[in-house]
Amino acid sequence: MSKTKLLPIFKKGLWENHPTFRQLLGMCPTLAVTTSALNGLSMGLAVMFVLVFSTFIVSLIRRLVPAQVRIAVYTIIIATFVTIADIFLKANFPQVSKDLGPYVPLIVVNCIILGRCEAFASKNTPLKSVIDALGISSGFLWGLMLLGSIREFFGSGSIFGITLLAKGFKPLIVMILPAGAFLVLGFLVSLINFIEKRMKKC
Amino acid sequence: MRTLKIILTLALTCIFSAGVLSLSDKLAEHKIKENQKKAINQAIFKMIKQAAKIQALAGKKIQIYKAFDKNGHTAGFAFIAEGSGYQGKISILCATDVSFRKLLGIEIIESMETPGLGARISEDWFKQQFRGLSVLKPITYGKKADLNNNQIQAITGATISSRSVVRIINNAMKKAEKTAKNEQN
Repeated sequence: MSKTKLLPIFKKGLWENHPTFRQLLGMCPTLAVTTSALNGLSMGLAVMFVLVFSTFIVSLIRRLVPAQVRIAVYTIIIATFVTIADIFLKANFPQVSKDLGPYVPLIVVNCIILGRCEAFASKNTPLKSVIDALGISSGFLWGLMLLGSIREFFGSGSIFGITLLAKGFKPLIVMILPAGAFLVLGFLVSLINFIEKRMKKC
Repeated sequence: MRTLKIILTLALTCIFSAGVLSLSDKLAEHKIKENQKKAINQAIFKMIKQAAKIQALAGKKIQIYKAFDKNGHTAGFAFIAEGSGYQGKISILCATDVSFRKLLGIEIIESMETPGLGARISEDWFKQQFRGLSVLKPITYGKKADLNNNQIQAITGATISSRSVVRIINNAMKKAEKTAKNEQN
């Protein structure tokens, strides 16, 4: 096990295997909570916490769990960490908790997490799994933040609550409505495909 | 043997999970309660404009708050109405005037309604409708808001959530009235 192998695993989640723009997984929180950059950031961090700890535990016990019940066991582990994240947010960041609402408990059914547990953590060492989880969730985090920033910029004229556009600006309400989420996501996915094609040609 | 292992694995996972959760719940319980209290106080100050001080009354079946103005006179009442909505508990804070006749406003403290549909009970236009409604007769809901008939406009696509809010408030009003009346004398 050399260190050189870990960096590619991490990098994969950031671009090549990007959960939002490449695998198009976890669309529910992606589309629903990215009405502002801050919401995207908090959702990204919550997912990072859950993903890192769940994949770590799943990888630790990967040889002990009978194959027939592995999904049930993974789900319980994921749900445990999601509930901890939910309780933590309620106690320390009540406003964030209120803004994200039911989407925090819904991380349980976020397919990115079960996907990483089943596809990676159940077959790899804890160290590799945590690196993979960090990569994927960092990718998810920048994806959500970018989406949230764009929607907040056009929909409310600000980013992270800081007003950027002059007073005469009329916000495009559609951008903070569900339709805006689909529009921005579509543009971003095509943009990323375009960049990818360009990079391959070079 | 195999079945036993499966059962054991599941049982152990659940026990472990329950342990971790009850521990973190204990750790956070106090802070969460404190936050809720803060949120309730802020909401009361927002709805009862003259309020300067809030006192929680020991209601038997319902949590009631009494608000005082700067000079120490009663400025209004607020009570917490709870009941089940479409997807779990809804907790509503209702504020009334001094004589306990009119609603000054409502605030959704806690709800688990469907995002985009039922969750719209937290939107201002929906909550505003309750302002000025009578507490003495039951509130109704319909396609249009009608202040004279004590009626609010239900949310399109979320009739159950709208109905739940109305029902929860109606149920709580009677209970709250008794406690508040005792307090007035």
